[in-house]
Amino acid sequence: MENTIVKAENYNSYFGDNHVVKDVNISINKNEVIAVMGPSGCGKTTFLRGINRMHELIPGATSKGKILLDGENVYDMNAIYVRAKIGMVFQRPNPFPNLSIYENVIAGYLLNGIKVSKADKDVIVERSLTSAALWKEVKDSLHKKGTFLSGGQQQRLCIARAIAMQPELILFDEPTSALDPISTSSVEALFHELKANYTLIIVTHNMQQAARVSDRTAFFYMGELVEFDDTKQMFTNPADQRTQNYITGRFS
Amino acid sequence: MEAKIGTRNIKSMIFKGIIVFFAFLITLPLIVILLYIIKQGITQVNWHFLTNVPAPPGEKGGGIVNALTGSFIMVLMASIVAVPVGILAGIYLSENPRTKLAYYSGLCVDILQGVPSIVVGIVVYFWVVKPLGGFSAIAGSIALAIMMLPIIIRSTEQTLKLLPDSLKEAALSLGVPYHRVILKVIVPCGFAGILSGITLSIARIIGETAPLLFTALGNNFFSLKITGQMESLPHVIFTYATSPYDDWHDLAWGASFILLMFVLTLNIVTKLLTRKWKIQL
Repeated sequence: MENTIVKAENYNSYFGDNHVVKDVNISINKNEVIAVMGPSGCGKTTFLRGINRMHELIPGATSKGKILLDGENVYDMNAIYVRAKIGMVFQRPNPFPNLSIYENVIAGYLLNGIKVSKADKDVIVERSLTSAALWKEVKDSLHKKGTFLSGGQQQRLCIARAIAMQPELILFDEPTSALDPISTSSVEALFHELKANYTLIIVTHNMQQAARVSDRTAFFYMGELVEFDDTKQMFTNPADQRTQNYITGRFS
Repeated sequence: MEAKIGTRNIKSMIFKGIIVFFAFLITLPLIVILLYIIKQGITQVNWHFLTNVPAPPGEKGGGIVNALTGSFIMVLMASIVAVPVGILAGIYLSENPRTKLAYYSGLCVDILQGVPSIVVGIVVYFWVVKPLGGFSAIAGSIALAIMMLPIIIRSTEQTLKLLPDSLKEAALSLGVPYHRVILKVIVPCGFAGILSGITLSIARIIGETAPLLFTALGNNFFSLKITGQMESLPHVIFTYATSPYDDWHDLAWGASFILLMFVLTLNIVTKLLTRKWKIQL
């Protein structure tokens, strides 16, 4: 399908001899919000980190199979190029403590040594912060350090930093698990707006969050992709018994 | 039970009293040394003392300008060598803690730190002074650089190890190549700690006499020639203090005072700078 942005074909990940992602086949469309859920240790984060080749940075970590980004296998591409093309937001907000809010947003350009004119930088910063619903709150303190912001603001700053690189795809690794409920809802509200321009893959162990924010949900269990379906469908009438058990809280 | 709580409280108070006493006690040696050297040395220090070379025996006056410039030049040359090497080695140790190379080079750093400074002096004598055919400031700087290395390496390593991995991941996920992640994110974030390692290592070597005895030796005259003998503050203290003349003893006190003030200032400045540049994670 030409609308497909990411496609995994028989994708496997390992930590040494430990097989953590098993033969995953999945196809994700443009401008979709995908939730990836499952119990701890089910391989959901490892799968996510395989998409932008962050997995292999851990000593002993390897992978097999293909992940196609716009039809091209990311494992045939330069890893640095792949990571620049795909945005990522982590579990804990991690703005660069040595940079200001302004510099944090354009960190992808600054740190890569990409020359951008001052006027262009201003445009990128305003546009990215606006998209991340943070512009109004920080527009008067752009040159303060990013670490002075609250947790939720820091996380939105990290989203702005990812957006600034104009990725098509943004990966979220449990983006709200370190945030309080108010910050969580501000980040969740953002997902709906980002959908218009980006494809989002959100790893979460919070089922309510998956139900609230996503179009389709993938359920991982013991390294396998058990079920991948329309979110409503999955939460009301799951096809697999294991999904049913997870959703109804028979294990977590 | 109630009676027991009473004795427990008393025991706790006694224990607390003991640790407070010892915390106070350890400040005494420094205070006593400081007061004594200030008392003995401050009267010697004046413009003449700071701008003149030592006077020949029997003559009045004389100063330590050759020792001041000598120490400055040799510490500068030692830093030029030891700072980049130390930081780069420290980066490796913090980035690859589980490799064999890191284990063995970390071990070497620890042992190097324990090598007596006089041994470093003797080794540099055989490696540099003998082949080059004479005592020189270069040889002195090499000995000092060897003394500086372990401190810079360990402080860089410890500082960078404290930075969270999430910082590195943030940069890597933006497609930043590894060398830029280290140079633009990791090192700047650990800058305060690295800097304090450097200044502490300078404070440590500026007073070292033993490694210079066999290398730079000393020089009664003003000299900026790095291939020749050079005077240094600790060495001038050593020669004056072991001399039979009373007015030379006074000069030794003056030089001690200068050296001590320098080390003290360096330590205080380090504390202030690291506080100012400390990055809030």
